[in-house]
Amino acid sequence: MSCDSSLSPRLMAASYMRVTHDSTLTPEGVSLGAVADIWLGGGLKAGRLHELYAAQPEDGICAVGLALLLAQLQCRAQHKPLIWVREARGISQIGLPYGPGLIELGLDPATITLLMLPDARAVLRAGLDSLRAGVAAAVLIELAGKQRLLDLTATRRFALAAADSGAMALMARIGADPAPSAAHSRWQVATASSQALEANAPGRAAFALHLLRHRGGRDGLRLILEWDRDTGSFQQRSDHIGGATLSRALSAMAGSGACDTQRHRAA
Amino acid sequence: MRITALSPRGAQLGLEPGLTLADARGRVRDLVAVPHDRRSDVALLHQLARACIRYTPSVAPDPPQGVMLDITGCAHLHGGEARMQRAIIIQIEKQELTTHAAIADTPDAARALARFGGNEVRTLPVAALEMEEEMQQALRRAGFRSIGDLADLPRAPLVARFGRGLVDLLDRLLARQDPHIVPHRPDERITVERRFAEPIGRTEDVVDVIEALTEDAAAKLGERGQGGRAFAVRLHRSDGHIARLTVETGAPTRDPALVVRLLRERIDSLADPLDPGFGYDSIELIVPYAEALQEAQEALQPEHQTRADIGPLLDRLAVRYGAEHVLRFAAGDSHIPERSGVLRSRSSPPTGAAWLHPEPGEPPLRPLTLFDPPQRVEVLAAVPDGPPKRFRWRGKDYLITHEEGPERIAPEWWRRYDGHGSNPGLSRDYYRVEAEAGHRFWLFRHGLYGRETTNPDWYIHGLFA
Repeated sequence: MSCDSSLSPRLMAASYMRVTHDSTLTPEGVSLGAVADIWLGGGLKAGRLHELYAAQPEDGICAVGLALLLAQLQCRAQHKPLIWVREARGISQIGLPYGPGLIELGLDPATITLLMLPDARAVLRAGLDSLRAGVAAAVLIELAGKQRLLDLTATRRFALAAADSGAMALMARIGADPAPSAAHSRWQVATASSQALEANAPGRAAFALHLLRHRGGRDGLRLILEWDRDTGSFQQRSDHIGGATLSRALSAMAGSGACDTQRHRAA
Repeated sequence: MRITALSPRGAQLGLEPGLTLADARGRVRDLVAVPHDRRSDVALLHQLARACIRYTPSVAPDPPQGVMLDITGCAHLHGGEARMQRAIIIQIEKQELTTHAAIADTPDAARALARFGGNEVRTLPVAALEMEEEMQQALRRAGFRSIGDLADLPRAPLVARFGRGLVDLLDRLLARQDPHIVPHRPDERITVERRFAEPIGRTEDVVDVIEALTEDAAAKLGERGQGGRAFAVRLHRSDGHIARLTVETGAPTRDPALVVRLLRERIDSLADPLDPGFGYDSIELIVPYAEALQEAQEALQPEHQTRADIGPLLDRLAVRYGAEHVLRFAAGDSHIPERSGVLRSRSSPPTGAAWLHPEPGEPPLRPLTLFDPPQRVEVLAAVPDGPPKRFRWRGKDYLITHEEGPERIAPEWWRRYDGHGSNPGLSRDYYRVEAEAGHRFWLFRHGLYGRETTNPDWYIHGLFA
């Protein structure tokens, strides 16, 4: 203790940053399938801000669905509830969240609290407060359209709040172009054709992901994930994109630094 | 004509009520008699009763000659029962009326003591029971002189010989039976107040006072084993304006810090900020709604809390944005899609319906979001009652590559006026469809072609992830 008090403020700040960004301290993240987990160095990590941009406005439901599934996996791991903050404007865009639909995706409606707020400012403030309170495993913030308020400083606030509370901050953006931010990872999400069932029926939910940015890691990962409700996990589909990423992911694994691979072997 | 009432002098001369006037005149030659004015007697009694309302709120004239006062809980205001009795007698005797008053546990006993005198019900004659003449005679013949003679006898033989009525009267006279109702009085609401010698105006000072008040209220709640579900603050401004702040909590609480945080949130979220004007004279904190709250034992060592409570956070958000914006998912007891899952405010009671869980191996059969109301789309189908081939929504064309359906959902005819007759409503044929780019929709055709309508409309009801 005496040693700590003798540190200069700047040094203390530096050591604080080290501690909060040491990935071994945060709980293991959410698995996105084997390839993505290796690429990300242990799945989508909790205690970080992750952004999911819908590729097209009509992919908004897909981005929100994926974010919900990621959040729910995190909630199951931490046994804590999920807070979903959205703008009331979203109702006309992608409709009203529907309980039986959540059940059909394997989500538990009882653990989800939905905040429908009048404007983006309220959404951001409520989202930040929910993160800081540290009572939720994940906070999902859904925003439609370009957001002037959501600049680098604001996203930095979210990232710090997530790091402090250990909760996963997920931001689903619809109808917005990816912009610089303090997010740990930034994904572009589009809907993917499902694998048809018998009688040409639409199959399970499928998402086409593109990793646009990965802080402290490589970006560019493309993959298609299918959600398997019965096992409660994502399964990567070996489409042509998936096949291409597999080899790239493996080469990335070798190049992304010894730390990640060692940790993965240990785990 | 008979004598109904006598003056004291008349009674001294040996006359009795009930004597015929002719007999009385025979005994007392210069008897002064006036006709009995029943109506004036009643009016006088009512006037007396009105005069006695100053002693107790429950006063009733007790004809023919009495006024009954229920002084339960009032005597201490007049210096005790004895002083109150004296004061009433003095007040009535000012009107030159001869007054007898008595205080007892039951109205019957009080009336008997006032009529027959004495301090003890047991020493009263059996006439105090106020029964018919034959019954009184029967009692006298059986050797009963006073109430005390009857009081200790076994009840069953008394009932057998003199009837149930006698025992009831006896019980009421001896206060064995209490005819009073015991009113249910709800707990008084907890109210704490601070008044100031000088008005205060700074918001910080106000919050400090509220904090102190909350601690007082929490102590009172603790004594009752309750926690508040709602807290209301009234700020009395010196010009008479009263500002009200109310917060509600999801679970009963008596944690002052939590309540103060909610109230701060409320002050911050006011559309028009608190205007102290020339300052507040007094501040009041009321707990309008409280529930039982068990005292939780604190651990000796503070344990690491693994399951943090989300309640306080949601309370705060509900205070800031309104309870109708903090929602939870509730199952509905209906097969109509929009009624089988609803969004309710977090504080609303549970619906009691259960979620239907899907079969393993099936893809999601219900969409993640619903449109309310469903949005009209233009659909091209090969045949009017067949599956859709392509559709146009929000100015975009979608070519359907996969589809499954129809899932026919019949209307709830029992909800419609005259629904059992010719007007059951339109069935819906739902299709899960996937468009070329992979987007998945929930479409329905409103009405069965040929049977219910000739030109069914198509709607988009929801989106799948």
